[in-house]
Amino acid sequence: MTLTLGEFSMLDISGIKRLQFDVLVIGAGGAGLSAAISASQEKDIRVGLICKSLLGKAHTVMAEGGMAAALGNVDNRDDWKIHFRDTMRGGKMLNNWKMAEIHAKNAPKRVRELEHWGAVFDRTKDGLINQRNFGGHRYPRLAHVGDRTGLEMIRTLQDHGIHQGIDIQMECTALDILKDKSGKVSGIVCMYRETGEFIVFETKTLIFATGGAGKSWEVTSNSWEYTGDGYGMAYEAGAELIDMEFNQFHPTGMVWPPSVKGILVTEGVRGEGGILKNSEGKRFMFDYIPEKFANETADTEEEAARWLQGDKDARRPPELLTRDVVARAINTEVKAGRGSVHGGAYLDIATQRSAEDIKRKLPSMYHQFKVLAELDITKEPMEVGPTCHYFMGGIKVDAETSMTNVDGLFACGEAAGGMHGANRLGGNSLSDLLVFGNVSGVEASKYARKLKSIPKSDDEDIKRIIKSATSILNREKGNNPYLIHEDLQKNMQYNVGIIRTKDEIVDGISKIDDLKSQFKDVKAAGTSQFNPGWHEALALRNLLISSEAVAKSALLREESRGAHTREDFPSERKEWLEYNIINKKGKGGKMETIKEKRSNPDPELQRIANSSIEDLDKEVKLDHKK
Amino acid sequence: MKERDFKIYRGDDERGELVSYKCNVSEGMVVLDVIHKIQAHQANDLACRWNCKAGKCGSCSVEINGKPRLACMTRMNELEEDKTVVITPLKSFPVLKDIVTDVSWNYEQNQKIKPFTPSKKDTEKGFVMMQKDVDRVQHFRKCIECYLCQNMCHVIRDNEGKDKFAGPRYMTRLASLEMHPMDKADRIEDVKDVHGSGMCNITRCCTEVCPEEIQITDDAIIPLKERVVDRFYDPIMMLFRKLFGKKKETTS
Repeated sequence: MTLTLGEFSMLDISGIKRLQFDVLVIGAGGAGLSAAISASQEKDIRVGLICKSLLGKAHTVMAEGGMAAALGNVDNRDDWKIHFRDTMRGGKMLNNWKMAEIHAKNAPKRVRELEHWGAVFDRTKDGLINQRNFGGHRYPRLAHVGDRTGLEMIRTLQDHGIHQGIDIQMECTALDILKDKSGKVSGIVCMYRETGEFIVFETKTLIFATGGAGKSWEVTSNSWEYTGDGYGMAYEAGAELIDMEFNQFHPTGMVWPPSVKGILVTEGVRGEGGILKNSEGKRFMFDYIPEKFANETADTEEEAARWLQGDKDARRPPELLTRDVVARAINTEVKAGRGSVHGGAYLDIATQRSAEDIKRKLPSMYHQFKVLAELDITKEPMEVGPTCHYFMGGIKVDAETSMTNVDGLFACGEAAGGMHGANRLGGNSLSDLLVFGNVSGVEASKYARKLKSIPKSDDEDIKRIIKSATSILNREKGNNPYLIHEDLQKNMQYNVGIIRTKDEIVDGISKIDDLKSQFKDVKAAGTSQFNPGWHEALALRNLLISSEAVAKSALLREESRGAHTREDFPSERKEWLEYNIINKKGKGGKMETIKEKRSNPDPELQRIANSSIEDLDKEVKLDHKK
Repeated sequence: MKERDFKIYRGDDERGELVSYKCNVSEGMVVLDVIHKIQAHQANDLACRWNCKAGKCGSCSVEINGKPRLACMTRMNELEEDKTVVITPLKSFPVLKDIVTDVSWNYEQNQKIKPFTPSKKDTEKGFVMMQKDVDRVQHFRKCIECYLCQNMCHVIRDNEGKDKFAGPRYMTRLASLEMHPMDKADRIEDVKDVHGSGMCNITRCCTEVCPEEIQITDDAIIPLKERVVDRFYDPIMMLFRKLFGKKKETTS
């Protein structure tokens, strides 16, 4: 059904295309594909998968470094307990304990499963899956393929998934969730980007694997798809958003030339031995080792060098501290006037590894800098700076089922919040996608099986959603969606960026209010066929909801923890460890931002996370002997 | 900052024209930046596909001055400065709108390929495969599915060829499966009959345009052709297989 000017006032939806599913997955990155595949293995479950782009192009493709799983192939001292402890410490203990446990326990199984579906990981000398070092991980833990692990993952899932009887709809944008009278999920209204035709998917369950909202910032490693669609739609349907103040700024994005600012430089560069220097040539990370990590971090260049040579007694170099720490350190160096020529830090692998090693272990970094920056990383240092990368927060889900507070709505991957706490460790995202993609697919199928039929949607809701989308095309004149988006990005960059203060966040929120009113009159020129201006305008609502949730949560959390840094409250505060911040749509339609008391963790998990590394190493050694 | 001239195809598969635009170009800009700038300020509805903007997803394939390229990896400073830059859609596929083409034919080819079929030679720690035995497979798996090779392949350009040949992308995928040490399916008959390996006459156009520098012709297509020849046209090998069976699992 293609709508043109005038038709929408007396909208007739009797001819609209409708398809029926038991489980419908929104988003086809690593999490969405995993969810769809696991649901498709369940008997008599009709599975659909829709994606905004072509299949195989989702942002997972950009993941570089690897997926974390305690396989113990390179260092057999590794174990799920140590992975769990690393994850909790990296997340500053704010992680959902149960999710972090499920993740660490199941990651190895899921990585091996991926190998069985055709993924070809780099190998150890013994022919096993090789594992590399990464920030915050005690032992070499990241299964990887050079620096293109995400491509390997998405292609493997894609090529396996297309043979599992999943109905895949490409270049299809989800607009809003439908619910029945009792509040259960009953469907979703979508639009084919190619034609502008609307379609209603009637479904017992929805799994949101819609990623984050990194496109809210100006300097970001995220692609156009990252507009918080899942956050916006879930919020509108009454779901809660959790931990939205925790936005990961990856320490190493490209800073030059301007057109590529923000594009990711993998942490694998540091994992392979890359070091960070300031304009004075000083290896500055030694000055930024937090007390909590001092025991486990090298304090001299000599010790760091021994570690790189494989000395098991040497401690890890400070470049491999967690991302929040490294990003803030670079930021501080630049602010102090010790930045690189174009306002970043120097990342040097050329003096640490042979040209041959670099090209073999980091081929796409080599290629990316050669083409985009005309720089040979085997000879010269790169210039890098923080770039918005990942949402730790997201849609609040139950740890064991991935279901939200809306019956029938599930979420996994970056779209879901809780697992990573205040800061995510590199490599824990790809494994998260596999683990919780799988959980949500299985659990959504279970839920679907309990319902006799698909809950009934209200046609008036469908009409309202379609009208709100077409009004953007049909209004005579209005605001340019691209310019509203640019203003939002500038606002988030300057007011709700890597270092935050109350005054700036307050300004940021009032600017978001202003942009929300501009959005009411947004106008896309042209027709409904493959019209990026219209698509941009449709995404704006979700970007604005996501940004508002980020800003309001950032204002409320008066402490600095992990990726959330308040200049006016510079350290962690114990009382805040007891709370998560929740955003939800209030009765009057306004966003409510509240503190929610965290439940008490399982004592055994608490014991593991708080163990000293020496004690835990001993314990694991005994476990392995059994 | 310098103002440069562009012509971009606007229209669909039946009707369309090259429309002129002017755009200021600054240091380091790539062609995709120009497209985005024109989209934001002059033509909001200009359709284009893109995702990663770093040469990793293969979405922004177009023809730039007649050459198939990734728009995100084509720097403005490598194009002649006083010449108009002409941006047109891939020629081998139907135009949906502007520079976006319908590439669904490629997905249909992929669907026809027998999927990876794991061997039972598994251990508690997963497959045991040596790095040197997977190097070539990994080389093939660098493919970002940009379809520039498919676009360039003269068999596919000639529309009737689409019924007969899956194209270089899928020859590469077939080769990556056939050479996977732990795959036990047999696709050689399919390579010949379903995917049409015989249609390729080794002009190497595909290899030349591959942004990942995969040696499509030499490393993938020729070895597959050789396996087809061994299987179907070599009498000694045929006898050998009759006596000893043909599945990889049993012969290796």
